[in-house]
Parts: sequence; C-alpha cells; structure tokens
Amino acid sequence: MGLNLKLKVWRQKNNKDEGHFEDYQVKADEDMSFLEMLDVLNEELVHEKKEPVAFEHDCREGICGACSLVINGRPHGPNAATTTCQLHMRHFKDGQTIVIEPFRASTFPVIKDLVVDRSALDRIIQAGGFVSVNTGQAPDGNSIPIEKNRAEHSFESAACIGCGACVAACPNGSAALFTSAKIRHLGLLPQGKVEEGTRVANMVAQMNKEGFGMCSNIGACEAECPKEITLQNIAYMKRAYIKATFSGE
Amino acid sequence: MKWLVTFFETGVGKKLLMGFTGLFLILFLVVHLVGNLQLLKDDGGEAFNTYAHFMTTNPLIKVIAYGNYFFLLLHAFVGISLAIYNRKAKGKRNAVAFKNPRVTWASQNMALLGMLILAFLFMHMGDFWFKMKTGQLNVVDYGNGEVKDLFSAVSASFKELWIVIAYVIGQIVLAYHLWHGFQSAFQSLGVNHIKYTPFIKQFGKWYSILIPLGFAILPLYYYFFK
Repeated sequence: MGLNLKLKVWRQKNNKDEGHFEDYQVKADEDMSFLEMLDVLNEELVHEKKEPVAFEHDCREGICGACSLVINGRPHGPNAATTTCQLHMRHFKDGQTIVIEPFRASTFPVIKDLVVDRSALDRIIQAGGFVSVNTGQAPDGNSIPIEKNRAEHSFESAACIGCGACVAACPNGSAALFTSAKIRHLGLLPQGKVEEGTRVANMVAQMNKEGFGMCSNIGACEAECPKEITLQNIAYMKRAYIKATFSGE
Repeated sequence: MKWLVTFFETGVGKKLLMGFTGLFLILFLVVHLVGNLQLLKDDGGEAFNTYAHFMTTNPLIKVIAYGNYFFLLLHAFVGISLAIYNRKAKGKRNAVAFKNPRVTWASQNMALLGMLILAFLFMHMGDFWFKMKTGQLNVVDYGNGEVKDLFSAVSASFKELWIVIAYVIGQIVLAYHLWHGFQSAFQSLGVNHIKYTPFIKQFGKWYSILIPLGFAILPLYYYFFK
C-alpha cells in the first residue's frame, strides 16, 4: 500500500534565522513510525545533496523524552498518550498534508529546524530534582515500607519523561506540569520527603528565573502529555510551595 | 520580608492571590444577587430601597464593600499583568492552532473576559452606584426615616433597550468567566482531590449558569413585564 504524504516542514538555519515552511512529498509505509518517515525524507534530501531536516530522537521507544515536534498543531501528534517516536503512519491518510513545527515557547529557542533548546528543563532539575542523601547500595525490596497508593501516585508522576510537550501545549508557555511531576514524584516517597521544602522552593524559583509562563489552569498540558501527567501534580506543587514558603525557615 | 516578595513573584503566589480574590468575588455575587432579587417584589420598591439604604449605611457592610473594591482591583490588576507576562513567555506560536476538546474556550480567554466584565462594571456602577453616592436621587420615606429612591433609577434604566442588552451581554460574559474561574480558583489554592474536585467542578458549572441568569432576569423582567 504505502502513503503519499505532503509535508510542510519548519526550516530554520539557526537561532538568528527567521525560519520558513518548506513543502516536501514523501512516500511512507503504514508500519513506519513518524520518525522513520522523516528518516526516509532525509535520505532523499541527502541523495539530492540538500540539507536534511534536523529533528531530535534517541531511544525511539517512548521513554527518553528526546523526540518532540508539533504535528498538525499538537505536540507529539494526534494520538493521546503517545510520543512522536511511537506514533505510527497508519494514523494518517493517503494524500494528507502534515504540518511539522518545533515546540514553541520563548524558553525553548530554536537551534535548527525542528530542534529546540530544552536545557531550561535540565536547570530546573539541577535546582532541586534530586535526593541528596547517600543512598548506599540497592536496599532489599520492601525494607522501607511505602503505602501502595503512595507508591502508585509517585510512579505516575515519575512517568514524566521531561520532553517539554506540556510547555509546547501551554498557551502561556508554562513548565508547571513538568516541574510539579518531578516534585510530586520525589515528595511522595520517604527518601524524597525530607528535602521537599527546599526542593520545591528552588525548583519553582528556577522555573521563574528561566522565564516560563505562569500556570492559569487551562489544562492543555494534561490533554497533550504523552505520559498522562495530571493537573493534580500542579496542585501538589502549589500546596508544597505554599507550605514551604509560610512554614519553612 | 524578602521571602514574601519572592513568593508573590512566582506563578504560585500570583495565582493564590487570583484564587482568593476570585472566591471572595464569587461570594460577593451571591450576596449581591440575593439583595437584588428584592426588585422582583411588587411593592413599589420599598423592600429594595430599604435594603439599598442598609447596604450603604451599615458600618460593617461599608468595610466589606471597601474590601470588595480592593479585591476586585487587585484581581483585575494581577490578572492583566499575568496575561501580559504569559503572552511574552509563550513568544512565537505554532502556525497550526489545534483546539483540544478537553480545553475550554473560557480558560484561554480569561483576561479578555475579565476586561469586558471590568468595562461592564464601569457602566453598571456609573449608572447606579455613582448616583447613589453623589446624591442625585430623590428620597422617599417608608416610615423609618428618609431613604434614597434607587428603585426609581433602576426601574427607569431597565426600560432602556440598550441598557437591558448591555446587562444581558455582561452576564453572558460573566458566566463564561466563572465557567473556568470557579473551579480554577480551587486548583490555584492547591485544592485538587479525587474526593472533592468532581463536586467542585459540577457545582461551579451550576453556579456559573444560575448566578448570571439570576442577574439577567432582573432587567429582562423590568423591560418586558413592568
């Protein structure tokens, strides 16, 4: 079978360049992932001695958070709970036009084409997204009792791969969903609870310093998140931050 | 006190202000509507004028009223500054705008809706509040001393078609603002719980329809039935 697709791809030489859309035709197979379809396009471009389209990818199995792309206006494309690398071409129709753009936020400057600089998220993690006690060797299972629900909720938050789709989906360019998932993931566990006050204070301060927008509870992040992180995380962050501010020393 | 300044520089702090002031204004709307419903009493305005007199002279109400003006202005000021900041933080937008069905239109247009409400309030207060405060009204006596006849001013205004239309539009705008605002206020305070949030959301939807509807009925009733 195969699909004949029209692509409109955002091309931008570097951060100084204005950028523009370029049209391409590509033949893809239904079983290809979206990134494999772009690989096909790039092979053709290289063959024609043209500059291939720059895009980010790494694990290609939906767990590393490297892939990005806004596909027809949606971060990670049309499917719920799916990263771009796990999006398959069978979800597109023959002859369809696909518009591919980078993640947009003032805190995510474009490096080249579809690649944006997401290091602002790394700096938020560096500000407090860790447990700083020496954990020693891997402990025996269940040596620290953790309630089942607590462990489950922490795991839900830990599912965040830090891709930044929440920032891209947010009309305010807010990183509240990402930051709060990291805070809740650690805060719900006994090892992480100890430092929660300083963690939340430092991470929220860093989020502000980077110039991310301020969450106004729109919920576009939650709707587009490939790992289905919920707004409950943001409420958790707010409670933790309010507590740290007014009762912390 | 630097810690407090830092707190209100963050989105959490600013939205906490928005949430608290918003909830105060939500409570105010209930009290305001309950009072205004006395316009439906067919007594030539006695109940309404007596109520209006009480609301403008009682010292406790006066203090709350000044708090109300302050919270309203704070809500508007912080809200508009948030919208400006967020627009800048987003920067360039995608060429294709996708509207996710899980995202309400109101939630993305709160600043616009808020500014329309503010414009409506200027008109509304210019009409009644200003007249009440500057003594342009006649006085009537129902046996407990003289009170200002706000009722005549209200019933005269509600005979003007453009005023009635402006009031109905104002209430539709308010309904949209509350549709997002009611449940959003709780999220801003960190209240999001599997046990309570479904109720808050449902209650908020009813509130955002019924309260503006109650206000809108008054000018419509006077225009068509009085």
